[in-house]
Amino acid sequence: MIEINMQETQLPLKAEARNLSFFYGSFQALKNVNMPIYEKRVTSLIGPSGCGKSTYLRCFNRMHDLYPGNRYEGAIDFHPDHTDLLSPKVDPIEVRMRISMVFQKPNPFPKSIYENVAYGLRVRGESARSVIDDKVEAALRSAALWGEVKDRLNEQGANLSGGQQQRLCIARALATDPELMLFDEPTSALDPIATASIEELITELKEKVTILIVTHNMQQAARISDYTAYMYIGEMVEFGETDQVFIKPNKKETEDYITGRFG
Amino acid sequence: MNQQELQALRTMIVAHKRWDMMFGLLGILALMIALMTFTALFADMAINGLGRISWEFLTSFPSRRAANAGILSAWVGSVLVMLVTAVAAVPLGVAAGVYLEEYARKNWVTDIIEINVSNLAGVPSIIYGLLALGLFVYTFGLGQSILTAGLTLALLILPVVIVATREAIRSIPQIIREGAYACGATTWQVVSDHIVPYSSAGILTGVIIGMARAIGETAPIITVGALTFIAFLPPAPFTGEPPAGVFDWLFAPFTVMPIQMFNWTSRPEAAFLANAAAAGFILVLMTLAMNGLAIWLRYRLRKNINW
Repeated sequence: MIEINMQETQLPLKAEARNLSFFYGSFQALKNVNMPIYEKRVTSLIGPSGCGKSTYLRCFNRMHDLYPGNRYEGAIDFHPDHTDLLSPKVDPIEVRMRISMVFQKPNPFPKSIYENVAYGLRVRGESARSVIDDKVEAALRSAALWGEVKDRLNEQGANLSGGQQQRLCIARALATDPELMLFDEPTSALDPIATASIEELITELKEKVTILIVTHNMQQAARISDYTAYMYIGEMVEFGETDQVFIKPNKKETEDYITGRFG
Repeated sequence: MNQQELQALRTMIVAHKRWDMMFGLLGILALMIALMTFTALFADMAINGLGRISWEFLTSFPSRRAANAGILSAWVGSVLVMLVTAVAAVPLGVAAGVYLEEYARKNWVTDIIEINVSNLAGVPSIIYGLLALGLFVYTFGLGQSILTAGLTLALLILPVVIVATREAIRSIPQIIREGAYACGATTWQVVSDHIVPYSSAGILTGVIIGMARAIGETAPIITVGALTFIAFLPPAPFTGEPPAGVFDWLFAPFTVMPIQMFNWTSRPEAAFLANAAAAGFILVLMTLAMNGLAIWLRYRLRKNINW
């Protein structure tokens, strides 16, 4: 069992994984994961390659449903309505409408900047130009990209630099007012300056939205997250406030990983 | 490394590079054999036929006198048949390709369908002609018409369109699909907003290459009963026998370019052979134009798509 010790336990929850296991065919990639995700906080997932942190993240928007042979066990209780995200009765499309995702490699659609950000709205059947205009601008502002692209909204998204493309993808994920945003190593394909701007952005975004981020960069986890979970071979080894996990981890394994003696 | 070793190393590199050069020459030779053969054929046709090519040749019906004969009914027939082929093959082929890539579960049924589609591409075209004769002409009663010929050639190029569609769809990175699904899109939204638009260049290329093959097909068209001598055009909309409609031309008798050529080459007079060469020259030009269009479209449509 994992030990959870922290001062602000009265914080409202946004989601809670309960005995979550995940199988790729017969291979068990996640083993009985239990973890709270607090509202309007940044929670980061760290651990060596192949530990299951991305697999875990992709449970939250049912991305695994796209491929045959994948199977979930347990539950993710999503607050405040207590929908079980993993229940077969819950449509994965409903889940993805509420929870958006930013990927490891910037993946703008080969469409204009405007259409990239508007896509989530179009999927929801929004057709009023004025509404879309407003939401596109708001999302681009929140993603700190408006100033750079406001005069060329009709240009291709792929013409932007790598860091701008990733912020475009963040704007796309923001435009539909998600309740939870998933980031899967969002800076691993970016240079240090672009990385810094994405990190700053994530810190600002947590005022509006709950964030769950996978990172392979421990310094990044320490800089931007309020809570940190350390995973190893499909198990949640330790979860706690970031300061506590990094300064005084409860588990020897966590300490070994963080201090670079392992991983 | 001493001087002697260095010398040995250099000798070895020179010897290895000789093989580079040998293979380069061999490659050029292979390329030349293919190119020269085509050029020689094309030049021969041009020499024999170019003298016959004129506005009159394009706008005259066939005639018993070689000097008066033209290819009007043949090229109009080819164009109309190609139109029917495209209209029938594109939606069917694209829908089948999209289904196989985006909807079908990967199991043994899909595997069997896949193998069959590949096999269909290898079925001799005369077999399609026999199928069409039985199905379209006799069972459906469509007659020996432009519609029958167009549908026959559509069946013939369907595997090409399906394979091209699938290849084009497969070149779309999975991360683009995931990005669209992550926005809450249904499979249909992903297909219509992303998959089909992004693969349209590849699909169009495949369609045109298929059509370039179909325009030269003779056997299945003869089998379904194209005429070899025809001195009138299919009716334009509202000009046929009353009650005249827009699509009367679909049911008109017709001929196509390769059949016209075939007809002329079987005549003993040398003048008709010149006519055949001229028609062949124009048929090759039509094919090259279609392939050129395919290359241009691919360039235009892909210009804005880089992952």
